[in-house]
Formats: sequence, C-alpha cells, structure tokens
Amino acid sequence: MAKHETPLLDQLESGPWPSFVSDMKLEAESRAKNVNNVEFQIPQDVIEDLMGVLELSYKDAETHWKHGGIVGVFGYGGGVIGRYCDQPEKFPGVAHFHTMRVNQPSGHFYSTDFLRQLCDLWEFRGSGLTNMHGATGDIIFLGTTTPQLEEIFYEMTHKLNQDLGGSGSNLRTPSDCIGAARCEYACYDTQDLCTYLTQEYQDELHRPAFPYKFKFKFDGCPNCCVASIARADMSFIGTWKDDIRVDQDAVKGYVNGEFPPNGGSHSGRDWGPFDIQKEVIDLCPTQCMKYENSKLEINNKECTRCMHCINVMPRALRPGKQTGCSILVGAKAPILDGAQMGSLLLPFVEVNKENDYQEVKDVIESIWDWWMEEGKNRERLGELMKRQGFQKLLEVTGVDPIPQHVSEPRHNPYIFWKEEEVQGGWERDINEFRKHHQR
Amino acid sequence: MALDYEESKQKIIGGLQKKSKSKSKFYFSDLAKILDAKPREAKKIVTQMINEGILEFWSSGSTSMYGLKGAGKQSAAEHENE
Ligand code: SF4
Ligand code: SF4
Repeated sequence: MAKHETPLLDQLESGPWPSFVSDMKLEAESRAKNVNNVEFQIPQDVIEDLMGVLELSYKDAETHWKHGGIVGVFGYGGGVIGRYCDQPEKFPGVAHFHTMRVNQPSGHFYSTDFLRQLCDLWEFRGSGLTNMHGATGDIIFLGTTTPQLEEIFYEMTHKLNQDLGGSGSNLRTPSDCIGAARCEYACYDTQDLCTYLTQEYQDELHRPAFPYKFKFKFDGCPNCCVASIARADMSFIGTWKDDIRVDQDAVKGYVNGEFPPNGGSHSGRDWGPFDIQKEVIDLCPTQCMKYENSKLEINNKECTRCMHCINVMPRALRPGKQTGCSILVGAKAPILDGAQMGSLLLPFVEVNKENDYQEVKDVIESIWDWWMEEGKNRERLGELMKRQGFQKLLEVTGVDPIPQHVSEPRHNPYIFWKEEEVQGGWERDINEFRKHHQR
Repeated sequence: MALDYEESKQKIIGGLQKKSKSKSKFYFSDLAKILDAKPREAKKIVTQMINEGILEFWSSGSTSMYGLKGAGKQSAAEHENE
C-alpha cells in the first residue's frame, strides 16, 4: 500500500496523456523493489513523500516548498537550486530536495551509455527522477540532499566528463538546435558556436555577477527550433546574404506531384493536389515570389528569410551560400513588464571559427559591460533596453542605426540626433538667422 | 588600476557586517558599490573571497545573492530575512 493516500494525484492519471504521476509511481515501486541492490544514499521512499507533499499542496492550494537556499558545490554560484520542504516531519524523505542542473551536450547528443551512467548516478545519490529537459535545455536532476551535492559533482566531473549548468544571476546553459549535425537548413555550425561560447564563458556560467539571468540560444536557421527569438537575451539565428538557391526542375517536380510537399510531413491526410500558387506564392509574407511559365522567380531583395517556401519545397529551394547569423537581443518571458520578443541588432554577422568567433564575442562583451553597470537588480537585458532605449544599445555596441532597426517608420522614433552630430550644435545666432529668414 | 585584495576584503566584510542587523544577503551590485568598482573588477575580489570561504552564495534559483559565510538562515526563502 502507498505510504500516503493521493486521490487528487491519482485522478490526474485518468487523462489521455502520459502522466508524470504514473512515472513517479513507477520510480517509487522500482526503488521499493530495488532489484539491483542499489545502496540508496537518500531515503528509499523519497518519491512516496514527494507524492505526499504534492497531494497536500493540491489540497491546501498552496506550495509546501521553500524557494531557494544553498547553491551547492564549492566555488560555483549556480547549477544547484536549494529546495526545502516546510513540512519535514510529515515528509522526511523530501526535507531537502535540491535540484541539480546538468549542462546538456550541445544539440542534445548523447549515447545511451552516457544516459545510463547519469541515471545510475542519480538513482544512487538522488531521487532517480529527472526532467529531460528543462526550459533552458539542461538535463534536470530532481531531488537530493545536501551531503550528496559534492559527491555527485565529483562523479560527474571526474568520471562522466560532465559539468553543471547555470542558474541564478548567471549566464544560463547555452542551448542550440541540432543544426548542421542533421539538418540541411543550418546556416552555421550551431553546435560549435554553442560549445565554444560555453567553454569561453565558464566564469560567467558559474560565478554570478550579472543583475539577473542571461540566456544565449543558437538556431541554425529562421525556423528557430529552440525558439531563440522568444526566449533568449541574445539569439543567434542562422541566415544568408545572397539568393535562395533554386532548382527549377525540382520546382516542376513538386508542381507535377512527383514529390510530397513539406518533406511529406503533412501526409496523414489527403489535402488534394499540391497548388504552388496557394501554398507557396500567396503565403510568402513579402509577396516577393511568382510562378509563371513553369518558372519560379524570387525577388530576393524583398525576401525576409522566413523559410516558408524552403520548408514546403526543400528539394527545390535551399538557403543561399553566403551564410552567417543575425543577432537579436532582449527576448524574455513575462515576469516583469510582459513578454518580449528579441529585437534585431545585427542583420548579418559572419560566424567565423577561424578567429574564435571574435566578431560575435565583441558584441556579447560590449552588451555585458553595459548591462552589468547599468542594469538594476533583477532587470533583464530586454527591460534595460526599454528603459534606456534602443539607441543606447546601439551606442554601447558601436552599431550604426539601419532601417532594419525600425519596426514602424514615422511612429515613435527612437533615433535622435545628438548635439555633436548636428552642424552648429543647438546654439545659433538668431540675428544671423533672421537675416535670411523672415518671421 | 587593479584593486588591492586585502583592503577590498576588509571593506566588504566591514560593509556587510554594518548592515548585518537588517539583512544577511546582498546582491552583487551591493558589493560592487561597497568597493566603488566596476563590476568586472569587483568580481575578481568577490570570487577570491568565495574561494577563501569568507563569502558564500545564496540563490533562489532565479536570482543569486552573496552573504558572509554562515550569516542568516541557509534555507531561508527569498526575501524572508529582509
Ligand atoms: S533551427 Fe533550422 S537549422 Fe536548426 S534544426 Fe531547426 S530547421 Fe534545422
Ligand atoms: S523565404 Fe519567405 S519571404 Fe523569402 S521568398 Fe520564401 S516565402 Fe518569401
């Protein structure tokens, strides 16, 4: 019989989706049986107590977790999130229930062997419950006690060659799309840039000195599979400068029904024959395409690189050859001041491994210098941009204003002339002026 | 000019002890203010003080703070002691 009655949790299992409650019960049962004779380092019935406290929270309609506390391993200011239960007598198994964030490998590539080692370690020294993956991308270990933290960290760093991720007012674990490893759309090597910057900025990742969290995310193309544009203080989105590459024969192939559109991903239902006008040309957001006399034409100057046409006809269309990334800044979730999407700062940056991504690092560091000095406590970059203005951001990064920075022309302009930029400054001799201009 | 470590350390310890009646956890910017230094300079001092076990980190998960080692309640919730 279960240690605590959990009618409210049990009810959740009746829904149509896989249930985290069923997962917890499974793990509780597995720990109780312990067929592999694991010498559990935290209470064997930790999951039962976890379900108990969760049931109580549902009943009371309030949380029984205290938020925050120790941050774990020596020298690191992040990677461990202290959690303490405020009903430790009733639920001793979860009196301490700290979360650990494990820096996921770029693109989430790992072998089953590596996963097994992680899970074995976590079964032995933690609750066995994981979250694959957290919103930041990390592998999340849910629930262990204070004495286990250093032990786990030692095992991870010495045997699994694995580091903790970021939390708190740190650079958060950078995350990227699967990119060039498996995806033909990738305009730069997301894995390499993500890994490189993770290594380069270890100090920022582990020792918090920022006003608040800071996130990098890397998408290989504008499809934005890691949603960097909506979630990262700095988003690196693959793009190209030259023309979309077109294979006219393959375009005809699509029109004649030889190839399924969208790589066959909507083939679960009969949508009728492919209609290039309706499904591609008319949906181009800038109306820069036409299909006439069996020929597809694209006015590339007007193309916003939305990826729609390429996604529909991947065999016929490909991003250009001069590739790099756009850098957008200031996206965040709605805690203060509402949600914000990233604003375009640099439309095209070369992503150059040869010089250790110097161009990219220069932008990052100028932004950090500004935000570290001017940012208020718990103010995200996007909020500082709003408070001090986009123009200030351009100033600190040394970027010249360009039309792409303007979202709505003739409306609330944010680019102002400064006195030194105007011939003669603000002062003028009114009498001299009046000689040539009547009142 | 680089900050002198010993001098900066004493400033921080003194500064935090002075406020210890009202609170035990401080933002990084509070420490930089005590030192009257640029964030990157202040960070070097603070990191060394962490490594020597004089300061310790505290985190809510989303925000990080610093305190003198052992000051305040380790498991205190965010803003509980302010
Ligand atoms: S963001 Fe683009 S390059 Fe990256 S996986 Fe998605 S489609 Fe491919
Ligand atoms: S990528 Fe988008 S904007 Fe560009 S041509 Fe294709 S559909 Fe039009």
